[in-house]
Formats: sequence, C-alpha cells, structure tokens
Amino acid sequence: MIGNIHSIETLGTVDGPGIRYIIFTQGCLLRCQFCHNADTWEIGTGKQMTVSEIIDDLKTYLPFIEASGGGITVSGGEPLLQIPFLIALFKECRKLGIHTTIDSSGGCYSTNAHFQEQFEELLEYTDLILMDLKHIDKEKHKKLTGLTNEHILAFARHLSDKNVPVWVRHVLVPGTTDAPADLEQLGKFIGTLKNVKKVEVLPYHKLGVYKWEALGLEYPLKDVEPPSEASVEQAYELLTAEVEYI
Amino acid sequence: MVKTLVREEKMEQWKGFTSGTWQKEINVRDFILKNFTQYNGNEEFLASATDATNALWKQVMELTKKERDNGGVYDMDTEIVSTITSHGPGYLDQNKETIVGVQTDEPFKRSMQPYGGIRMAKAALESYGYELNEEVEKIFTDFRKTHNQGVFDAYTKEMILARKAGIITGLPDAYGRGRIIGDYRRVALYGVDFLMEQKKKDHESTSSVMTEDTIRLREEISEQYRALNELKKLAESYGFDISKPATNAKEAFQWVYFAYLAAIKEQNGAAMSLGRVSTFLDIYVERDIANGTMTEEEAQELVDHFVMKLRLVKFARTPDYNELFSGDPTWVTESIGGMALDGRALVTKSSFRFLHTLDNLGPAPEPNLTVLWSTQLPENFKKYCAKMSIKTSSIQYENDDIMRPEYGDDYGIACCVSAMEIGKQMQFFGARANLAKALLYAINGGVDEKLKIQVGPKFQPITADVLDYDEVMESFNNMMEWLAGLYINSLNVIHYMHDKYSYERIEMALHDTEVLRTMATGIAGLSVVADSLSAIKHAKVKVIRDENGLAVDFETEGDFPKYGNNDDRVDSIAVELVKNFMKKLRKHPTYRGSMHTMSILTITSNVVYGKKTGNTPDGRRAGEPFAPGANPMHGRDTKGTLASLSSVAKLPYEYALDGISNTFSIVPKALGKEEEAQTRNLVAILDGYAAKTGHHLNVNVFNRETLLDAMEHPEEYPQLTIRVSGYAVNFIKLTREQQLDVINRTFHDTM
Repeated sequence: MIGNIHSIETLGTVDGPGIRYIIFTQGCLLRCQFCHNADTWEIGTGKQMTVSEIIDDLKTYLPFIEASGGGITVSGGEPLLQIPFLIALFKECRKLGIHTTIDSSGGCYSTNAHFQEQFEELLEYTDLILMDLKHIDKEKHKKLTGLTNEHILAFARHLSDKNVPVWVRHVLVPGTTDAPADLEQLGKFIGTLKNVKKVEVLPYHKLGVYKWEALGLEYPLKDVEPPSEASVEQAYELLTAEVEYI
Repeated sequence: MVKTLVREEKMEQWKGFTSGTWQKEINVRDFILKNFTQYNGNEEFLASATDATNALWKQVMELTKKERDNGGVYDMDTEIVSTITSHGPGYLDQNKETIVGVQTDEPFKRSMQPYGGIRMAKAALESYGYELNEEVEKIFTDFRKTHNQGVFDAYTKEMILARKAGIITGLPDAYGRGRIIGDYRRVALYGVDFLMEQKKKDHESTSSVMTEDTIRLREEISEQYRALNELKKLAESYGFDISKPATNAKEAFQWVYFAYLAAIKEQNGAAMSLGRVSTFLDIYVERDIANGTMTEEEAQELVDHFVMKLRLVKFARTPDYNELFSGDPTWVTESIGGMALDGRALVTKSSFRFLHTLDNLGPAPEPNLTVLWSTQLPENFKKYCAKMSIKTSSIQYENDDIMRPEYGDDYGIACCVSAMEIGKQMQFFGARANLAKALLYAINGGVDEKLKIQVGPKFQPITADVLDYDEVMESFNNMMEWLAGLYINSLNVIHYMHDKYSYERIEMALHDTEVLRTMATGIAGLSVVADSLSAIKHAKVKVIRDENGLAVDFETEGDFPKYGNNDDRVDSIAVELVKNFMKKLRKHPTYRGSMHTMSILTITSNVVYGKKTGNTPDGRRAGEPFAPGANPMHGRDTKGTLASLSSVAKLPYEYALDGISNTFSIVPKALGKEEEAQTRNLVAILDGYAAKTGHHLNVNVFNRETLLDAMEHPEEYPQLTIRVSGYAVNFIKLTREQQLDVINRTFHDTM
C-alpha cells in the first residue's frame, strides 16, 4: 500500500499527546486563507512511500514515542483523501501498540456509501482525531476555505455518534474567525458533541507565508496580525462554554 | 593498615557513618554506597539563596562586569609563579563566605603558570597588556625547561608540518593537558595525613628493579607526597587544619574545595574537572541535618558558596587558545546522578541542590553540570533536570546506562564527554585529527590543499575525473593508516614531556598509585567525511583541479543521503569510519602502555578546523566550519530532531570510549505547548536517546537572545526548530526577515 507523502517530522509535540511521528500527506480539497502548508494542497504529487517503509522508520523512534506516551499523527494536506493507505498503516501501528491520530478538517467527508464503508474501517484503528472546525457560518466558511461547511459539521456529528475521541481545534484569525457571535455559536455546536477530549484555540501565525510566495500565490491575509493572548483566552472561553469533556 | 586508620579520633569524625572496607583502605566508592540516602522526591524542599549568598553573588557580578570592561581580564599576576602555596589567602568577603579560597591573593586575578610553556604564559600576559617579570622569564628560558620546549625538542619535521597544516590540531603541546580528575573527596573523608601515609607505603613497596618505569614512579610518588604536604599548608594559610578527616558538612565541602584549589593553582589544564562530589557531600549534609546541627537553608548556602567558588576559576589564556576553546571555559565538570551497580539511583537531595544553584545564582556555563542519565533514574529527578534545562540551557546529559558497564558506578566526566573512574584512571588528552583533511589528502596524494605542499606521504593521487568510491576508500584507508601512526607518535612525545616537565603532582596524589591511563585521541569532521563519501557513493562527484592537478573543488550531480536523517545508507558510513580509525590507532604503541580511546568531539574548534580545510566533496565550501562533535552538518538534517538524534545514536560507543558529543538546540515551543508537556517531552527525548545508546546530549532550549545569536552564527545552531501547530520550520533556513519575524513572534505573548 502506497501513500502520497509531503514530508515527515520526527519530533511532533503539539499534534496529539506526547511525542508524535507526524506524516504530512500530500493533497487537500480546502484552500484555507491561513493555511501554513500550502505546499501540501496539490493532489497526486508528493513522495510515494509504502506502509512498510514508514513502519520501519517509525519503529526506530519507539524509544522516544513510548517514553512520552506519544504515537503517530497523520496530518496534511488532508489525510482522509488516502483512507485505504491510512487503514493499512494504522493496522500495522495497532500491531505495535502505537497510538494513532488523524489531524483532519473533514474537508472530504462524504455520506456516500463507499466513503462511509472505508471510513468505518479506518475508525476501528484510530485512537484520536484532531478535528479542525474552521468556521461555524456556512458563507464565511466558504470565503475562508473555498467550500461550505455542511459536510464538515456532519463529519463532527458522525464522530460524536461513533464516540470517536476528538480534540476540537479552531484557528483564530483576527477579523475572520474571531467574531464573538460566531465563536459563541461554534461553542454551542461543540457543546452538542459527546466525544470531545480537548478544545484548542490555535492562534493564527505567519510561518507558512513564505510557502505561498514560493508557490507564486498571493497571500490573502497579508495585513492580518496574530491575535493577542487575551483574545485567544476569550475565544477559548466562548468555545468551551457548553462543552462536556469525555 | 586497619590499626593505623581506625584510630580513636577517626572513629569520632566518622561517627554516625555505616562502617565498611572504606575504613580499612582508600575506597570512597564503598563509603558512598554504604552511606548515601537516595532521594526520590521532588524539588519542593529546596531553599532560596540567603542574604549572604545574594550579596556575594552581587559582588561576583560586579567583578565580572569590571573584567569584561577591562577587555576580558580583571588582573593578572606577572611576578609570582603559581604553586599550591604561592599566594596568601584571598577572599570575596570573609564575613559572608562559608567556603573560602581563591587561586591568587584576590578573586579574578589570574595566576601565572609557566610550566606548560613560558612563551604561552608570556603571550597570555602580553595579549592583555601585561608584562612578564624578566627574572621569571629568564628562569624558565635559561634554567628551567618547560613542557613546550621539551615537546619541540623531540617533535619530528613531519609532526611539525602536520600540526601546521592542521591535519592534527589543538594538541596540548604548549598548554596544560588537563582532563585529570583528582579524587578530591579523599581529603575530606580521610584527611591529608592518612593519604600521605599511604603514599609513603606505596613508595616503600615499589619494585626494587630500577627500570626507567620504576625510577619515574618513585620520583612521582615523592612529588605526590610533597604536594600533599603543600596542600596542608595551603589550608593552614586560611586557618584550617586538614590533616584529619572532616568532622561536618562545612568542613567536608571546604576540604574538597582546598584539594581542588591546590590542583588549579598548580595546573592550568584545558579542562580542570571536579569529579563526582555532590552525592558524596550529601552524606555529610544528611548527618548534620539528622544531628540537628544544620538546616536546609544552611545546606543550600554551603552548596551555593561552593559552586560560586567553582564559577570563579580562571586561567590566563592566549587569543590562539581561545580560538580552539572559545568563551574562557575551564570545564569544572561535576557529574550528578547516575545509578549504582546494585540498582539504586545515586540521586540525593544534594543532586537537586547543585542543580538549584542555577536558580539561586542564575544560569552559568561553569561548573559544567553534567547529569549522568539513566532511564532508571527517579522520575522526579528526571523532571527536575528537564525543567532546569528548559529554564537555563546549562545542563548536559551523558548516558549512564552505557558508561556504567565500562566504568562502574564511581566515574566522573572530565571536560565534556570523557568518562573515567575517579581516582583510579587518568587520561592523556590528545585533541583531534582532522579526518576531512585526511580525505582530501587521499585524493591529492598527501599534498595539502591549502598550503599546496606535501604533508602526508607521497601516495599516488586520484586522477579520475569522477570519483570512484572504492578507489577513494582504498586511498583514504592508506592515508588514515599514516595519520593514525603519526598522531599516536605525536601524542607519545607530548605526554612524555608533560609528565617530565609539568607533572600533575596534587591531582595524581589523589589517585591510586597504580592507575589506568588512556591515550585519548579524537576526530573532527565526521559528518563532513560521511556526507562526502555518501556523495561519492550515491551521486556523481566530479573533481575540479587547478593548474598543478591538485583537486581544489568538486561538482556533484544528483542527490545523496546525508548523515542526520536516520538513513542507514550514510549513517553506516559514519559508523564504519569510527570503527576503522579506532582500529588503526590501536596498531600503534602508546606512551606508558596507555589504552587507546577516541572521542568525537570538537568543542568549538570545529570552526578552526573548517577554516584550515579546503572544499570537500559533500559540497561544504573551503573555510566553512565543520559541524561540532558528532553532529550532522547544519541544514542537512531534514526529518526533524529525532531523526538527527537517531543517526548520532548509531555511532558505536565501544569504539569511541572517550565520548561522542551531540549538541541539540530547540525552542521551548517546539517541545510542546504547556510547561508540563515540555518537561515530559524533554524527559522522553533523553530517555529515548539513552535507550538508543546515544552517549551525550547538550540540551539548549533557547530564549530570544540566543536566537539573535543564531542569526549571526547559524553554524552553531544546526537543529534550531520553530514548531507551531501542524508544521515546523528550521530557523536557520529562514531569511533574515523571517528570522526576525519568528523572534518577534516567539518571544512576544502573541504566539
């Protein structure tokens, strides 16, 4: 089984518990204005790696991973564009007792039978999903990411119904995703979910801007500055007002 | 012997200690194992600095500022040759100090030590605008030969040329070799009289067949005996009688310090390390606390004042020397923690107290606090170490789990990474050979690519346009054979002369008379050679030659695996190189039958070696620094920190028993979001590296100032990573503008 991989980071410390071996997959359907991995958008490119290649590499890091209570996180890009690869990979991880995590926006989530069947199988081998909820408002979501958000909210509900543990993450972009009314509404939505382990507000940053430039793209948030600590805290309050953690 | 030692007064001084063979023979290890109290708790018991400590430290900081304003030295002795008893007492503030003693008659005044070489001593003075006393110069030029003179009397032309070309550099032929750790604890445990008695007995029981070895040994024991007597006089000048064992903690700290002070008054070796004193001293502290004669505040004050004295150690150095070892280091290395062979952790409350000086006195490079890391250390201690590393970047870690089987459980680290059994083992420090240059010599038939003269043997140069791996390896092997021989022979000359003209009397007096000696060689340029050979093997490397046919540059087509990415295709080249050169070194007999060892350590000389080495096939430009120690070349490791650590951990310690140095730099955010996660992850990195049999890790967790420094000196920060949710960037790969951006964002509260 082969995956299209953008890159691998061996010391991931913020995308899941403990030290994470992070695979950035290649390809995404969203075009988020704040994306810091714009170089992972294009589908079908990247480096082709087999599951056994990755597992052999991953094994060499087990002393670090085990000592930290960490595991593997597949990020992107959008990992759910390569579900068969993820299934094969996570099955092997299970055999080795490695904690598995997917970092997804749910941007390619679909209710069609084929997707559901595959996704169902994947969930059997998935310990945690880091779920990006970018915006609660449909139109604003479209402006921000290029797509509306109905399927993403459906993705969230589905995971809740299936009791798959999630960390909800929200990127706080001043002027775009930080309106208190929107945050409040998003908080209400999060409050309806029964599978939330953690809520994280990720302050917008500009570290990926150079990648847009390298790709010859115009960066849409040029004039936006990172949010203050106070507004991050305030957003956190709003998002977690009704949450019931598992 | 039993009768001479277990006398009544000693029973009194040892009251409360568990008895053992340590009472019948010099055996500090046995004393520690019978008496130490393992501490598994956390740091909550620690006390803050006392008013006296704060006042004294303020005084030190003021003197430090004056020293800096004065161009790097505060004052230098130009008249008095430093010996154990050369100077009267000196103090910071006698009323406040609980531990006394400085190297000259006042703190910050650097002593004059001409035995290593009078020219070096003179140059050190002159470079700071001081003038050497004429009579002293005359004595050490006309009447008393120095180590440096001895070495150059015996060096061959070939050795001098190799030294000039920089294929062997940093040799201790004009300065003190250092890296010898006296067992300073013996003075506190036994008192000087007993140690003198023992040396007297050893002197009486040498072989009576007067071979050169026996004669030398007898002369050395006599010198040791004399030095011990001088040590007593040194203490007397401060009003202490140290002929008998220390009776309480304050005396134990003071006795140990006097012994160390004697060593640094007599020797200005590159590294004057302390050993492993904290758990030993803890036994005295525990006894006093149990007796109700000492409080935690007083215990911490004692540790703080002791450590403060260690921070004052200074030597007169030349600018040349500073190029090799920049930043005025003294390597007062103190080894903390580690496991006992019986499975207990040698972690005591004083292990915490020593690290706590980084809070009470603030971070500092000295003493060189070295944690002997084991995956089995108590969790609380591990976490405390990680916390202090994150806070101060002042701690280095060495893998006790791989050193313990080699050195037992009472070894210490000399300098950076050199383990040795305390009081039973010493080393002949041998700096390092430049393997990157050796590779160029292999290609150019022994002609130096910078000097353009024949330095190595005149082998057939490689004439092919594209380098063939097998042909290069054959030639490189021949060149390394030559280098290994020349290197060991040079070291034999150096250490013969050092023993003869600048013998470490007091340090060796605090060793067993029969010691294990190692010939501690080293290599520089490991990652340059590994990547160069990888390029030759896996890509196409074309040679560019000058008008005389000398290979001066290389053009590489295609990609090749690079050391630092956990890729066996190149890591195995690095591993083989280490084994290969070590095996070649072993073929050559050493001075005093010392055991061959090797380090992969450059200290800061990776810059100088780089300057002296031409373009290399890995794409490194002439003059560019090498990576330090065993580190991958900066910017070539692209798979993140753990991949880089994993490559280095593959290097076989059993072939590099003098240590494998790795420097790891990270910003706090890359360790995790919250402090607790950062601590836990750093512990996991250290545990993982230890489990993977990595040897040494310098842990830098940077603040804003260091990042700014990294902008100016990127070569020193190869792995500096800034990680934000989802992705990481390598700091030194960013443009200057982006770096400033990161700095502003990382250190402002808007991250």
